[in-house]
Amino acid sequence: MAHAEGQTHPISVYLWIWLLLFVFSFFSYMVDYMAFQGMLRWSLILLFMMIKAGLIIAIFMHMAWERLAMVYAILLPPVLVLVFVALMTFESDYTFASRQTFFALGS
Amino acid sequence: MAKTAAGTTAMGPAGLAPGMEGVTADWSSDQRAFKNVPWGKAMMWIFLLSDTFIFSIFLLSYMTVRNSTTIPWPNPSKVFGLTVGGVEVPLLLIAIMTFILISSSGTMAMAVNFGYRKNRKVTTYLILLTALFGASFVGMQAFEWSKLIHEGVRPWENPFGAPQFGSVFFMITGFHGFHVSVGVIFLLIVARKVWRGDYDNETRGFFTGLKGRYESVEVMGLYWHFVDLVWVFIFAFFYLW
Repeated sequence: MAHAEGQTHPISVYLWIWLLLFVFSFFSYMVDYMAFQGMLRWSLILLFMMIKAGLIIAIFMHMAWERLAMVYAILLPPVLVLVFVALMTFESDYTFASRQTFFALGS
Repeated sequence: MAKTAAGTTAMGPAGLAPGMEGVTADWSSDQRAFKNVPWGKAMMWIFLLSDTFIFSIFLLSYMTVRNSTTIPWPNPSKVFGLTVGGVEVPLLLIAIMTFILISSSGTMAMAVNFGYRKNRKVTTYLILLTALFGASFVGMQAFEWSKLIHEGVRPWENPFGAPQFGSVFFMITGFHGFHVSVGVIFLLIVARKVWRGDYDNETRGFFTGLKGRYESVEVMGLYWHFVDLVWVFIFAFFYLW
């Protein structure tokens, strides 16, 4: 486990994660290849994205073995981006609505 | 955790409190909040946090323009498709680029591991392999860019649909490609240092003047995995969405 001198884990851990990342990338490519649409497509894309991101951060970047003080300091702030996402969703919906209203007048 | 006479919980391996108690103890302690972590690694994480916000804002602006345009968005599956032997394969080049970048992340993770085992030779080869994967990724991106530019995609217009597509594409993939390119350069520098034995002999760095340690390979690895991580999000939001 985590020694004072650095992160030492068995090589097999990395090979397994590597394989899993390949499998999930293949799955997300298949989502496009099979041309899934609608909610199924979005939920699968997001699911595979979150799994891949989680594996990379937790194992490859060793976050799973770091102290919580650092894990929270690094991983919690990006969660606030979701607030920004919500704000811009409202904003762009409004822009879309007004464009439909006013661009349609000219035609 | 068994409480000791002093009222604190039993200490972890490095004499530090575990769990949430550790969070409060670390953050309220003297001198440094990030125990157990070399400062170079903590600083790299903080840099990556700021970079996360930059890429978040790029993807957010992409979401905003795509959600607000009244002209249909180009179908990335078709735009980035390749014709192989007369068969139209969707997103082929992007899929290959994804697998290459993941492979480079795998070799990088193993390079970090062999570095801490003080295996100089294998570490060097793995870092060089990582750099090679990274360079081929940038090469394919250059191919993709020239293909799209040839087809008439510009930051202000394109023949497939909403004009914002071009500006978003060039900005996001360009910024990511720049990160990969910078990463390849730094990988080569780290590989040279490992090969020379700077981290075995604790040779002082030319810029920081600090003793060379194999931590540098892990810090380099953090940056490289981050580049892969960003690609995971770009692949999902820009190419698959």
